[in-house]
Amino acid sequence: MILGIARRTAIFLVSVLAASIAVFLFMAVLPGDPAQVALGINATPELIARTRAEFGTDRPLTTQYFDWIGGVLTGDFGRSYVTRDLIGPQLADRLGVTLWLVGAAMVIAVVIAVPLGSFAAVRHRKVSGTVISGASQLGVAVPAFLAGILLVQVFAVQWRLLPSGGWTPPNQDFGEFLRGLVLPALALGLVQGAVLTRYVRSAVLDTLREDYLRTARAKGLMPGQALVRHGLRNAAVPVVTVLGLQLTTLLIGAVVVERVFVLPGLGSMLLDAVAARDLLTVQGIVLVLVIAALLVNFLVDLLYTVIDPRLRRS
Amino acid sequence: MRVFGATLVLAMLVSACSAGSSVSVPADPDAISIGFAAEPANLDFTRTDGAAIPQALLYNVYEGLVKLDADGRVVPLLAREWTVSEDRRTYDFQLRPDVTFSNGQPFTAQDVKFSVERVKTAWTISLKSKMDVVDRVDVVGPLHARVVLKRPSNNWLFDMTTRVGAMFSPSGVADLANTPVGTGPYTFATRKRGDSIVLRANPSYWGRRPAYTTVYLKYYKDPTALNNALLSNGIDVISSITTPDSIGQFEADTRFTVLQGTTNAEVTLSFNNAKAPLNDKRVRQALTYAIDRKAVMATVSAGRGTQIGSMVPPTDPWYEDLSGVHPHDPARAKALLAEAGLRNISLRLRVANLPYAVSAAQVVASQLADVGVNVSIEPLDFPAVWLKQVFTDHDFDMSIVQHVEARDIVTFGNPKYYWGYDSPKVRELLTQADVGTPEKQVQAMKEIARTIADDAAADWLFLFPNVIAAKTKVTGLSRNQVSESFDLTGLGRR
Repeated sequence: MILGIARRTAIFLVSVLAASIAVFLFMAVLPGDPAQVALGINATPELIARTRAEFGTDRPLTTQYFDWIGGVLTGDFGRSYVTRDLIGPQLADRLGVTLWLVGAAMVIAVVIAVPLGSFAAVRHRKVSGTVISGASQLGVAVPAFLAGILLVQVFAVQWRLLPSGGWTPPNQDFGEFLRGLVLPALALGLVQGAVLTRYVRSAVLDTLREDYLRTARAKGLMPGQALVRHGLRNAAVPVVTVLGLQLTTLLIGAVVVERVFVLPGLGSMLLDAVAARDLLTVQGIVLVLVIAALLVNFLVDLLYTVIDPRLRRS
Repeated sequence: MRVFGATLVLAMLVSACSAGSSVSVPADPDAISIGFAAEPANLDFTRTDGAAIPQALLYNVYEGLVKLDADGRVVPLLAREWTVSEDRRTYDFQLRPDVTFSNGQPFTAQDVKFSVERVKTAWTISLKSKMDVVDRVDVVGPLHARVVLKRPSNNWLFDMTTRVGAMFSPSGVADLANTPVGTGPYTFATRKRGDSIVLRANPSYWGRRPAYTTVYLKYYKDPTALNNALLSNGIDVISSITTPDSIGQFEADTRFTVLQGTTNAEVTLSFNNAKAPLNDKRVRQALTYAIDRKAVMATVSAGRGTQIGSMVPPTDPWYEDLSGVHPHDPARAKALLAEAGLRNISLRLRVANLPYAVSAAQVVASQLADVGVNVSIEPLDFPAVWLKQVFTDHDFDMSIVQHVEARDIVTFGNPKYYWGYDSPKVRELLTQADVGTPEKQVQAMKEIARTIADDAAADWLFLFPNVIAAKTKVTGLSRNQVSESFDLTGLGRR
């Protein structure tokens, strides 16, 4: 088992390294000169050249890469071309907002999906099961940004119950913070909840057909009891895989939802940085997102062995 | 379920230790919150370009010797009055007494010398060249500064109303990106990147106290989110609506007032004057005749805006309506193209990938197709790719972009500018306008506007409207956007 963990850790680290090179190269081939964008339309060629030297973008790509990755390893993401501020502290600040959003959306998705999916599986030949199944199908088809726009129209513009956007940090005013988090988290979470409901349903359905569940019923357990005691743990393996994938999807979905709800998270920072060709900032954000995605996969791998002891031996 | 718990705990930890300096908008009658589309990258307009920084800080946090009023006139601010010498090279400014910077330092003629000279030495944005004409600044007395120019220049005094004329204190420039220090009615309080800037009334301001003691400048990249913020009571004012289709919902709602005025933003169909076939005046005129600019304006901005016909907005002293110089006349366009010996020409229309430009490009392309000109539309990522390929490399036949700077008609005097317009006559007139008396200036500028319109140096599709929507309680908003500042000083409430 320890060997397995070591192997997975090695794969994780190599993937991060490969990702950092890919991210860097992608930024390097993106058309548009950061120095020129920073200086605007009246800049003279001399000024642009001087700014390029100041940014260090006139150096060979390999030098730029090692300079950057060397800094990142010590926690220094460099200084933004546009704001001329350190990128690291900004990243941490923005990541906090995004993690709140993604975390809340995930909770909403799970709270919706586990009971509804299980219920739909148990009642899969009944009307109620079919209705849930159909509704989740519909939810899968709605993109998060559309859900966001609709939620704003109804709850903020029409009824004026909740703010249409904006962010209040939790340590400043927790009530306002929650009010601001509700709509964006719902926009992200409802859609993911619909997706997850379908996976939970099919995983539970598969489990219901297993021999051990029939045995559990035979020794006198009610169907619900049998499912909770013996079935859910087994159904959890495929569901956790999907959750891992969904967490990654949520991070990406957050980029769009943050724009709709004007949240100062990683996503809106990324979009601004791309438009301004603030390449160092873009590199930093993308690297953090990639590491987050890889980390989720890594954790999901480890989690399998916790849920299913049989996997520990392989 | 453990993984979700872990995510949430992580989220709490990260935000608890980092998300420090933000704001929400409380229902305080002395506070106002104003929504903007573009956020400042930082607070230092001496080293970072972009309209958003002076929009927030000029006249509000920073003041100059002079300012531009709502009608486009140069009026006194930190200078009580000034005189201009006979040769128009020497300006004597008498400064207001009892003015202090927000760090407590008094404002004197020394600061004028420091600030003007600092543009040449420490500023890095390209606008710094506006001070090249200054020969020297003399401190005649504590409240008397004399600026001597290398040659007479009307443009210089106008430029002093922009950010390059802002007055700084030598003890207040250590961290301009985060801590601006000016003499204005407001001081900078806090800022949350990606969200807002908060200004507070300056308790030791020399002039009239502003009506609102706290101002929240809130930033919304997405125009729909900006509109929704006002509709849902999240803000009090939208500084400028960029999607004219959405104006109707504010006009129909009694909670709001809508003001419509003019901007400096000419939505320009630019021609590459230096390259065949558009180096032929007849071809440019033909294209200008072929396009129905009112139809373009109807499509792009729901008919809101001003037909101008040249590169001059109505708030400039030399404005004339030149929209009739090349009226919509497809037959004449075809005749001119035939006269130029051109048939079945194909042109590349490389536009900024912004909604107004892409939508204008569709109308332009279809109207040009009617006179036998094939247009291929290429939207380019703005600003990065557009700046590189169109603006710097001149790799285009036609383009569409808003030219938002004040008095940017002077670019027609620069043959290296991306539209490649080279006219010795216009260059000579520009010099005359700059060095002459104000009367001479108006006369020369009018002639320049007519010349470039006759030459069809570009096709000015329309002037983008300035539309402000605000709660009815807010008063004192200016209809026209004339200066670089969103001037908070006149705001009041019912």
